Amino acid sequence: MRTLRYREALREAMFEEMRRDETVFLMGEEVGFYQGAYKVSEGLLDAFGQRRVIDTPIAENGFAGVGIGAAMVGLRPVIEFMTWNFSFVAFDQIISNAAKVYQMSGGKIPLPIVFRGPTGAAKQVASQHSHSVDPFYTNIPGLWVGFPSTPRDAKGMLKTAIRTDDPVIFLEGETIYNVKGEVPDEEELIPLGKARVAREGKDCTVVAWGRPYYTALSAAELLEKEGIECEVIDPRWLRPLDMNTIIDSVSKTNRCVVVHEHWAYGGPGAEIADRVQRDGFDHLDAPILRVSNLDMPMPYASHLEELCLPTVERIARAVRQVCYREG
Amino acid sequence: MDQTGELEKFYRSMLLIRRFEEEAARAYARGKIGGFLHLYIGQEAIAVGAAAAIRIGYDYVFQTYRDHGTALALGMDPKAGMAELYGKDTGCARGLGGSMHFFDVEHGFLGGWAVVGGHIPVAVGAAFKARYAEEDRVTLCFFGEGATNIGGFHEGLSLAGLWKLPVVFICENNEYAMGTPLKRTSPVTDIAVKADGYGMPGEVLHGHDVQEVRSRVAAAVERARSGGGPSLLEIKTYRFRGHSMSDPGKYRTPEELEERKKRDPLLVTRQTLLSGGVDEARLERIAEEVEAVIAEAITFAEESEPAKEESMHRFVYAAGEGG
Repeated sequence: MRTLRYREALREAMFEEMRRDETVFLMGEEVGFYQGAYKVSEGLLDAFGQRRVIDTPIAENGFAGVGIGAAMVGLRPVIEFMTWNFSFVAFDQIISNAAKVYQMSGGKIPLPIVFRGPTGAAKQVASQHSHSVDPFYTNIPGLWVGFPSTPRDAKGMLKTAIRTDDPVIFLEGETIYNVKGEVPDEEELIPLGKARVAREGKDCTVVAWGRPYYTALSAAELLEKEGIECEVIDPRWLRPLDMNTIIDSVSKTNRCVVVHEHWAYGGPGAEIADRVQRDGFDHLDAPILRVSNLDMPMPYASHLEELCLPTVERIARAVRQVCYREG
Repeated sequence: MDQTGELEKFYRSMLLIRRFEEEAARAYARGKIGGFLHLYIGQEAIAVGAAAAIRIGYDYVFQTYRDHGTALALGMDPKAGMAELYGKDTGCARGLGGSMHFFDVEHGFLGGWAVVGGHIPVAVGAAFKARYAEEDRVTLCFFGEGATNIGGFHEGLSLAGLWKLPVVFICENNEYAMGTPLKRTSPVTDIAVKADGYGMPGEVLHGHDVQEVRSRVAAAVERARSGGGPSLLEIKTYRFRGHSMSDPGKYRTPEELEERKKRDPLLVTRQTLLSGGVDEARLERIAEEVEAVIAEAITFAEESEPAKEESMHRFVYAAGEGG
């Protein structure tokens, strides 16, 4: 095992896959000479040259489409959005084209492509730069959606995404690029649709990914002191969802809180809650609660931004409520 | 092949497309075909001329939702095309795509795409792959003049021009973006002038002369194949039917339509053939052959099994079941 930062783990995944497979290339704004807006692609231009690490103009619709066309005829593009906020101008490419090619060609043309980049609120970057895009892309059949929380998952999941013969939406937490964690020395591919139990506990299942994964772990520590043991589950893939792991946990804890950094109206947070009540109804001793971003555009002022995001206190309160320790 | 022999071949191909679509329109009226049906009638010389200018099955071709003509010109089996319109399992996309999403990988036909302008960057991506893989393939990307106002056109041509990719953009200017004439959608009358902004040559030609289309497209294809970069060809044309089956075309006058029909590519080609010494009987024989192919396509479509429920589930993800 080695200790790597989340961004370094992502870089290693791309490096290894590009070395392994000549058809893999990286394209996006500032990925090459600038070394990546968030330094995820640092060093890749030196290693692979301009043929395979391609700087683009500011044209998300254009280069997302170029990736799709290249994937249709045999390449395996990794398309970086500087942030997922800018993917909205490429929405048509991802939804109308990438998610449809395989189906509308009657299964003749698979589309191996990864769209990746940071999502979620950073720090005081205000409303237009603070979107969590999880709900937009998880809604679309034809796309897989991954969101690693740890460096180990970041590497193993990105490698899987690059080798998958379908479009993969790969969401990275903008505020967790610096998080350090252990990554195995040997190659590891984390399969599609496999969740991970991050912390065991018997009193309440807490499902969380991305930045709120860490907030949930902090809440679990706080609650432990109060005698409440949380089982924290990181779904890793938001499509396909590993409901077996989540339901298994709920069958033990009989309670479930879903924590997510996206708005509460729909999205994977709501989907998980719905599936738990449908498939795990008999296990539940309390309503499923969700802790989400507050329902408003992200404000700029630092103290207001903090209020909008899932906090340790809001998570702890939800857990206490489902455990009937707080009204 | 001599010039007359070649023209005869083009005539047959155009007639096949014309008759395919006339019969598709009849089947649509009888409720055999659903959804949208956008006919190419009047524009056939462009598909046929362009198909003759490329290496079919090696080069890549992208078209809009008005895609039957191009697919057939490249060699798609009319049976597979008609069956797709009928929503049958034997269709070119197993009945999952329909009229707007014809695909025929063997002939390099990479789709009918149904969001205006959205396929232009995708076509540039296919051209990017040719460069990446050091192949001398060329990509043809067709779209209407209406598409030249949307972002996909701008970004696609910007990137192709910047990277000098082997792609030929073919704007089929049929004067109407659905029901809106060019003068109400564009500040310029010749779309080709837009090429300047993308650092590529822009040319205007007329779409009723199939040999003219062939030779001008061939020149642009040759330029792309030999490393000379992309081109924008604006081909002036006219569709004789409405935008789709539900459009009676009230935004244009009967006089205008009659005037344009004098330049019907089939009529023009027929006259050229006759004045070149081909006799009526020979053209009649071609028509009979085409009728037989169309009749066979319709019978095939009628008798094929409906699209399968299994396909609907199976062809969402290549990597397996999702959700």
